[in-house]
Amino acid sequence: MPAHDVLIIGAGLAGQRAALAAAQRGASVAVMSKVHPVRSHSVAAAGGINAAISVDDDWHSHAYDTVKGSDFLGDQDAIEIMCSEAPAEVMELEHMGVTFHRNDKGEMDLRAFGGASMKRTAYVADITGQAMLHVLYEQLMKHHETVELLEEWFTTSLLIDEAGCCCGVIARDVRSGRIEAFKAKNVILACGGAGQVYKPTTNGLIVTGDGIAMAYRAGAPLMDMEMVQYHPTCLVETGILITEGARGEGAHLLNAAGERFMEKSAPNKMELASRDVVSRAEQIEINEGRGVGPNGSGIYLDVTVVPRKRTLEALREIVNLGRDFAGVDITREPIMIRPGQHYIMGGVKTDAEGRTPIEGLYAAGEVACVSVHGGNRLGANSLLDTLIFGRRSGEHAAERAAHMGMPEMDPSARLREDAAQIDAIIARPRDGRRVSEIKSELGELMNRYAAVFRDEAGLQTALETIGRLKEESAKAWIDDRGTVFNQDVLGAIELGYMVDCAEAIVIGAIERKESRGAQFRTDYPERNDEEWLKHIDITLSGDGAGEPQVSYSPVTITQWQPEERKY
Amino acid sequence: MAESHDRPPQPFTLRVRRYDPESGDAPYWDEHTIELEPHRSVLEAILQARDRFDGSIGIRCSCRQAICGSCGVRVNGEPALACHTHLDAAKRSAPDGVIEIEPMGNMPVIKDLIVDMDAVHWKKIQRVTPWLIGKQPVPEREYLVPRESMVDVTQTMACIQCGACVSDCLAMEVDPLFIGPAALAKAYRFVGDPRDDQHFERLNDLAQDPHGMFDCTHCFKCVDACPKDVNPMGQIMRLRRIATADHHIVDDNNGERHEAAFTGLIRDNGLLWEAELLPRSYGGNSWFGKFHPRAGKELLSSLPSIVKALLRGKVTPMGALKPHRIPKQDLASVRSIYDRIEGREERFELNLYIVGEDEEPTTEVPVAAGVVVDVLPDPPGPDAAPAAAADGGDEPADPTSPEGSPS
Repeated sequence: MPAHDVLIIGAGLAGQRAALAAAQRGASVAVMSKVHPVRSHSVAAAGGINAAISVDDDWHSHAYDTVKGSDFLGDQDAIEIMCSEAPAEVMELEHMGVTFHRNDKGEMDLRAFGGASMKRTAYVADITGQAMLHVLYEQLMKHHETVELLEEWFTTSLLIDEAGCCCGVIARDVRSGRIEAFKAKNVILACGGAGQVYKPTTNGLIVTGDGIAMAYRAGAPLMDMEMVQYHPTCLVETGILITEGARGEGAHLLNAAGERFMEKSAPNKMELASRDVVSRAEQIEINEGRGVGPNGSGIYLDVTVVPRKRTLEALREIVNLGRDFAGVDITREPIMIRPGQHYIMGGVKTDAEGRTPIEGLYAAGEVACVSVHGGNRLGANSLLDTLIFGRRSGEHAAERAAHMGMPEMDPSARLREDAAQIDAIIARPRDGRRVSEIKSELGELMNRYAAVFRDEAGLQTALETIGRLKEESAKAWIDDRGTVFNQDVLGAIELGYMVDCAEAIVIGAIERKESRGAQFRTDYPERNDEEWLKHIDITLSGDGAGEPQVSYSPVTITQWQPEERKY
Repeated sequence: MAESHDRPPQPFTLRVRRYDPESGDAPYWDEHTIELEPHRSVLEAILQARDRFDGSIGIRCSCRQAICGSCGVRVNGEPALACHTHLDAAKRSAPDGVIEIEPMGNMPVIKDLIVDMDAVHWKKIQRVTPWLIGKQPVPEREYLVPRESMVDVTQTMACIQCGACVSDCLAMEVDPLFIGPAALAKAYRFVGDPRDDQHFERLNDLAQDPHGMFDCTHCFKCVDACPKDVNPMGQIMRLRRIATADHHIVDDNNGERHEAAFTGLIRDNGLLWEAELLPRSYGGNSWFGKFHPRAGKELLSSLPSIVKALLRGKVTPMGALKPHRIPKQDLASVRSIYDRIEGREERFELNLYIVGEDEEPTTEVPVAAGVVVDVLPDPPGPDAAPAAAADGGDEPADPTSPEGSPS
């Protein structure tokens, strides 16, 4: 049976960064991913990465912007760590080879981003995530003798021993269909968010909440799951993301009357207010009949105000996206966009070392909730989050591994159970619904009731429907009976993960009876610090088999007391 | 707004190449008709077929926006990303109106549209030492490098490793060991990066390798195939130019001498003198060169094709032994091109990744939009300014010839 000091699930930025950090500390490391590392969804991050690297900047300013962006729900100790370590981390990535855009002096150039009090976003055109992911993968190729890559292995469950410690995983080799147990002293979940719970979403088809759901089922608490970010600029039809970098470079948002409506809700920052504020403002325009397009369901993003050459150089990818996916030359005419699901601020509860309450289980990146993003993540803070907490998890896990033996645990029962589960899915009679139908209904449901604006009645409808979809998904049938690359059966398992995530999101949203960050309750339109300046934790009772239980934990405040949030 | 938003869904028929490795059966074709708006992608069509009719259709995919590089396939015989190919365009290019989707070429098929990229693509990427070997000492902050150089290498950084160029590389079909377009473009990403300390070593390695940079035959297939405008062939040509002109690397594969012979012959005669090409490639521009043993060996191995060409009347003995002649004024024009290029103080490295102009007039005059193919054969006149200048910045300036073509 394979056994490693540190086993990382997910090979995006957080996972690869964790792997490098753990390997550098001498641990034996494996990275397991259901796709090839460069296909990970970090690749789609466009705009950049925040760090106070300018001589005029100060990490405290970055930290304050982040706290304010989080609507004071972020834990300030973790935010201080992230922002103070950011400059060195970004420099390290530069030294590894990331081709950050330069200014005329040859220094790293910085662009403006939403919610930031100054230019502090380093970038590689608008393919920053891709450049960073590929450069980290270069490093994994360089260290191929010390970091084992388990590409196209699908994790089905976490192994938890009798003492409640995590000591490995069960996974299926996608190519051969073989199922195997992997022992590990530590497991780091770095497998991203759960965007596919929504339809449409900016997230890739692989982003199905696997890590969130596996940790939840293993008994780990999920925190602030109701905090789901809608990105202000997504293509109307497909939900494809148009980077915030566009507004960072100066693009305007216009309603049907051609007004820059952001002056109503954010007179100072205008289009560069934080994402929750901009998405809400757009949705109000659309709801009140000032939207553009056939059904008035969109808003214009006007990039033509940015000098054309600058657009072609620094926003090249969205020029292509506009041309290829909307038939629009964004350098010549405005493009129709709307808010769309983009990011889950919530996730598996961790501390600043990436530790979850389950011994031996870490989480980093979008799967985790440290929480540095609180109620709303600032643009270009997610890449930073993946690197800082990926590295810290890797380092801590390697350290822990150095002081312990390989866990003694017999995984065979769990292995048999998971294998039987897969066989059962493949053998299901065709009397229920197709997996794809249920997934589609779930996504539309969430996008209707757990979106930018929410209320009790809608959320209750969502919760009831999710209950039904949960039952249906347990019987949902598939076509593929094979073992080699049976993506169909993996889709059925992913649907189970997604339903669990959806349920946690809706429970959190029902619980939080206030409006803060991305959670806007039309029935509780004010922020209520007295009662709700706290995290909502959701745990499955009875070792993960039972019902969701809600509890609360305090928000850590170090320097910045909650205040009214204005942009 | 674009009219494409308004067009209603319409039926499209897909013909998908299927292969089930467990069945023991040969690959077969499978047809499905779906309904989608014409500007939606081939990937969306495949996913609809999979969701509605047959969940067992195998295809890797994730982002749906041409950034993750998973869904490389062949559409109507041409390599493409399924998510980056519009249904209406695909239907137009299908001879019978049925959109044909197959797995990529040059790589073993695992199942349906899924190929094994490790065996070919990733192994070759690993071959080019694909990580930065930074100059020492590593600075405390960032390396200070020219703005243009980072924009320049970002073109190859933009490669999403989809394999489309590998799929249709003709040189790789002939020589499966050819390092190939994607990996060589990746190599340029380091050679063009002024932070890298191993430019000479990298170039020498790739020049001396018999399956390296001189194995490319200039067929432009990879340029057409690339969905991200990485222009792999252009990067290979830049590797050659830097290796030969800047680092004076003379390779055992005769790539450098062949290029010099090629361009020299055209300068002298205005047209290629095929019979002289081989001796001069091996022996240089001297009478003795014709008797270079390696030239003789190469000539001997080429005899069957030469005889065939003679028999079919494609070559006449006189035509082969004497240079082709062109009118004097034409020859003078050809030479003036050489003079103009070689008279430049700095080599003109066009980076056509970033093309376009500001609305307001600036000092930079637009370079024709489009990919590099449009411009490669014609060195631009002095009135066209480079969108981004020379590679690296620290490379010695050297005049160079137009593309030589060892083929």
